[in-house]
Amino acid sequence: MFIQDLPIKVFVPRDSSAISLGADRTAKAIAAEAAKRGVEIALIRNGSRGIYWLEPMVEVATEKGRVAFAPVQPKDVASLFDAAFLNALSDKAKTHPLNLGLTEELIWLKKQQRLTFARAGIIDPVSLNDYLAHDGYKGLQTALKMTDADIVKTVTDSGLRGRGGAAFPTGIKWNTVLGAGASGIQKYIVCNADEGDSGTYSDRMIMENDPFVLIEGMTIAGVAVGATIGYIYLRSEYPHALNTLNQAIATAEKAGYLGKNIQGSNKDFHLEVRRAAGAYICGEETSLIESLEGKRGLVRFKPPLPAIEGLFGKPTVVNNVISLATIPIILQKGGQYYADFGMGRSRGTLPIQLAGNLKQTGLVELAFGVTLRELLYDFGGGSFTGKPIRAVQVGGPLGAFLPESQFDIKIDYEEFIKINGVVGHGGIVAFDDTVDMAKMARYAFEFCAIESCGKCTPCRIGAVRGVETIDKIIAGKDIIKNIALVRDLSDTMMSGSLCAMGGMTPFPVLSALNYFGEDFGISQ
Amino acid sequence: MAAALTEQKLIKIKAQIAQHKSIPGGLLPLLHAIQDDIGYVPQDAYLAISKGLALSVAEVHGVVTFYHHFRTHPVGKHILHVCRAESCQSMGAIKLEAEIKAKLGIDYHQTTKDGAITLEPIYCLGNCACSPAVMLDDEVYGRVSIEMVVELIAEASA
Repeated sequence: MFIQDLPIKVFVPRDSSAISLGADRTAKAIAAEAAKRGVEIALIRNGSRGIYWLEPMVEVATEKGRVAFAPVQPKDVASLFDAAFLNALSDKAKTHPLNLGLTEELIWLKKQQRLTFARAGIIDPVSLNDYLAHDGYKGLQTALKMTDADIVKTVTDSGLRGRGGAAFPTGIKWNTVLGAGASGIQKYIVCNADEGDSGTYSDRMIMENDPFVLIEGMTIAGVAVGATIGYIYLRSEYPHALNTLNQAIATAEKAGYLGKNIQGSNKDFHLEVRRAAGAYICGEETSLIESLEGKRGLVRFKPPLPAIEGLFGKPTVVNNVISLATIPIILQKGGQYYADFGMGRSRGTLPIQLAGNLKQTGLVELAFGVTLRELLYDFGGGSFTGKPIRAVQVGGPLGAFLPESQFDIKIDYEEFIKINGVVGHGGIVAFDDTVDMAKMARYAFEFCAIESCGKCTPCRIGAVRGVETIDKIIAGKDIIKNIALVRDLSDTMMSGSLCAMGGMTPFPVLSALNYFGEDFGISQ
Repeated sequence: MAAALTEQKLIKIKAQIAQHKSIPGGLLPLLHAIQDDIGYVPQDAYLAISKGLALSVAEVHGVVTFYHHFRTHPVGKHILHVCRAESCQSMGAIKLEAEIKAKLGIDYHQTTKDGAITLEPIYCLGNCACSPAVMLDDEVYGRVSIEMVVELIAEASA
């Protein structure tokens, strides 16, 4: 008998963040309580919808859709059974204080535009049947009927830009790899899953909650550019994602969606997960390639571009998890469908990750154009501590800190460039008014000193000198002189570093100085 | 001085080298396999690794020491990683790390006297919606307080 055929389906997420809040204990308690009461249930470990402020969120299937109860800790389980929560639409179940009604009707979720994350939290992540039943592999089916150039054109038409942070048009990158090298040359698809930016977790969510969409996206990329081998370079901090991906890859191989002659198409695509080893710099594509080759993750000079001479010197597509996981829906629904979302040159949707000191943290996927203020207050619900939000860092540790006066900025690549900021990978970290921005600036340099690969002098040594100089400012020593020195050092780092590590570490530092001068002992 | 490798560990390492030597870019997977097996990458194994993969000892040393994840010495029974990144800082991680260090009586990269816990900093666990976060071995814990961490440590040490 299939577990899905059992009468009452109860869903408890298996996502690692949900588990970090107790989802495993909750699932165990539900199973034990059901057994104790002699009630038969089908307990399904689905993915998380990313409503983390409500995790662990338990859902019960009804004919009207799933009903959410959240957050559920083991101590709540007996009372849920007492309130007949398995008959979730009953009047009795409605009286339970944790009953939130139909999940799909939750305003926080309903206001979103979920394209890349359409399935997350709905399906059992490692069930290929679930994936297929929810539009899975429709993108690949379409792609297999198209010419390689037409697949690339569809991606170009969608306007998709690299979601890892650099925002380079994905279609143009693919087109370079498609045209690179002699016919029959080995090419590679590399998925950058070294999601190291603080405040980001959308890659992890895809890999843990909908791994097949990433596998499908990479397969389509392989078919499009003529690559037969793919690697997922996964950060070592994500053991759950590693297990889920490996399970999904084995299932896809068995079902003929990976390996030789995919779905009878005469196309081959082999996929393997490679574990990173805790170096932030390896999120930079050339450093990642070095690491995949088994070397120290030193940044390479460009040119040659990885698209021409990448992994093992061969033409290589390096794309972020979210970019690749967005490919299936673009192929399924067409480039124009995706391009119809968004603003300016930022097309489509961005999975935004609300993090840090916010009441309602979690994944918000929306078309580009939403304002930071809407995200912080309408979705985020303001600060967790109830104090005013003083600073917000968008785009990870290399992103600028923004003050309240900038909160009306729209999420759009070009709008952020105008204010020396970055949308990056879409992470938003909020700080309340207890934050000391001089210490945050110091931390930006400290992080760079720890994580610099050491190739470029301004980054390797500048970061250390930066920490020392900020320490002098914090100690009140020659403040004006030392601030001038930090600005000069920042300038050197920005113009004298090969990659974003040294080139952008000054962004958080200078924004802290420019917007929050009082924390450095100077008036605005 | 690193303690000399036991025969048993050496056999395990040699078996892993044999398995990984023909994998393209196999050094990182090999180092992971060795560390998964015996808990660290012993410097005494560099020569065998370098011969197996046709690298110089310096290259092996360079790679092992480049990556934060790899260790060249044995660690405690459990590893407690405390996230120091921005999101966790916004939710009190700096205070939390000071409290954990005081409670354990050790600093980062050190192991408690009873050999139960090794304390390591980490820069993002991808649990930023549930800050502050720590990771004990392979399991992540979110929205933690010092009381919760103390409880975790006690459970693990028991």
